[in-house]
Amino acid sequence: MEPRPRSFYVLSAFFALFLLFLYGPTITIAILSFQGPGGGLTFPMRGTSLHWFRDLFEQQAVGDIWGSFRRSFALGLMVMVTTVILSVMGGLAFRKKFRGSSILFYLIITSLVIPSILISLGVGLIFSQSGLEVHWSTSGFGSQLTWTLPFGLLIMFAVFNRFDKSYEEAARDLGATSWQTLRHVVLPIIGPSLIGVALFGFTLSYDEFARTLLTSGSYNTLPLEIFGMTTNVTTPVLYALGTLTTVFSLLMIGLFLCLALWSTRRKARAGSDAGKGMM
Amino acid sequence: MALPIMAVLMFFLVLPILMIVAVSFWQATEFSIIPAFDLENYEFLFGSNVTYRVFFNTFKYAFITWVFTLGIGFTVAYFLAFHVRSLTWQIVLFLLCTIPFWTSNIIRMISWIPFLGRNGIANSTLLSWGVIDEPLDWLLFSDFAVILAFVHLYTLFMVVPIFNTMMRIDKSLIEAARDAGASGAQILWNVIIPLTKPGIMIGTIFVVTLVMGDFITVRFMSGSQSANVGRLISNDIALLAYPSASATAVVLLLTVLLVIGIMLRFVDIRKEL
Repeated sequence: MEPRPRSFYVLSAFFALFLLFLYGPTITIAILSFQGPGGGLTFPMRGTSLHWFRDLFEQQAVGDIWGSFRRSFALGLMVMVTTVILSVMGGLAFRKKFRGSSILFYLIITSLVIPSILISLGVGLIFSQSGLEVHWSTSGFGSQLTWTLPFGLLIMFAVFNRFDKSYEEAARDLGATSWQTLRHVVLPIIGPSLIGVALFGFTLSYDEFARTLLTSGSYNTLPLEIFGMTTNVTTPVLYALGTLTTVFSLLMIGLFLCLALWSTRRKARAGSDAGKGMM
Repeated sequence: MALPIMAVLMFFLVLPILMIVAVSFWQATEFSIIPAFDLENYEFLFGSNVTYRVFFNTFKYAFITWVFTLGIGFTVAYFLAFHVRSLTWQIVLFLLCTIPFWTSNIIRMISWIPFLGRNGIANSTLLSWGVIDEPLDWLLFSDFAVILAFVHLYTLFMVVPIFNTMMRIDKSLIEAARDAGASGAQILWNVIIPLTKPGIMIGTIFVVTLVMGDFITVRFMSGSQSANVGRLISNDIALLAYPSASATAVVLLLTVLLVIGIMLRFVDIRKEL
């Protein structure tokens, strides 16, 4: 191996600073959430305690945190499952040109670049003008899909761009029906990427704010609840909540990444059945 | 197979846009909105100086954020793609850069308070070093804070596409350039940057649209002291002035689509995935 050029060390330092910039603030509020009971929103720490976390679990003067967490979690799962299924279907469809495919493609791009508040406003107006009631599981759910579906589909495009069609042809030559080909050949191969789509679907929904602002109705999701708190809560209880949901997000991300790793390994193991025979 | 997606986008994207366009011609009273065909909302919008100032502000945020995210994002992606040698490390470091994307933006904004506040880390450090005599007021709740938050939130939207295109650059091209006697800077300028352009364009599209459509970062980080178009819309919404909010939204959407339309002329997104 050739020796590292000097630029490597400069860039490494830059990269380290970038990571510090990315994670520093989050780590700071994680530390500050352990403030003593008399502590404020900034350093110095006045002792350490679990006071603010206890506050979250006990009094509910600041709103319905746990209810909103449950709603966000349920909504995240709903959006995740829908995003995965619809993205796979869309990805499969887009492998061939079909009527309206370029229109749909531009719609997906529009969905990605449209300012979120427009979705919120438009969906809110449609529901209110047609006499429907906005609710996180209907209007909120649909609004979030306009944010997660483009990501899911773009991932599927990337996956199918690299997909070797000869596997499917081989399956077809062996007499598999199109469903069997999909179930036993295509899905196992794209499996790990689907976990990526699921990760996007869940986390983007779980953290979405603008698109649910006017579409979630009288029951808040967690980001809405937290934003409400920023205007009237001036104690580290805000940090405690922030830290808890960040830890929850990190756990979910870790879970998805482990699943992806596990399924990639499994795929590598099961990839070749040369010499094993059919039965 | 594409029907379900089409249905979702029709109902939750196309229909809302049409609704906003329609409502932008409606009239509003204090309590309700009335269907009409009235250009009043647009006349008011284009007749007001505030509008131009706010649009200018929006472009200003977008431009400054773009410069910083591009500079930082390109450098980080370049480091990952060309200086980190093992694939495992590339993946690990890349994931480290992307994980914050999957956590809450609002909490990441809140987490700047202890840094930038009047008694925050930045001020107390500068005070103790003797750089300043009294705490700086413009750190939190200012344009500086807004841009800082944008850069913090959106740099990964630059890193990911640029890294993606860089990883596809054929390494033999770089070797060829070196064999032909190019210096490191020449390789960067004449080989890597031209080949990375599609990634830069995609990152630019993300950052520019996210910043232009934002309202919450500006509201929170400026302490409601600055405004962009998104905030104009959300203020109108808070006052239940939906027709006026819709008119502003239509103009914002057209502006964003125009900007994107220009950028898409330079890059074929489907080819780059």
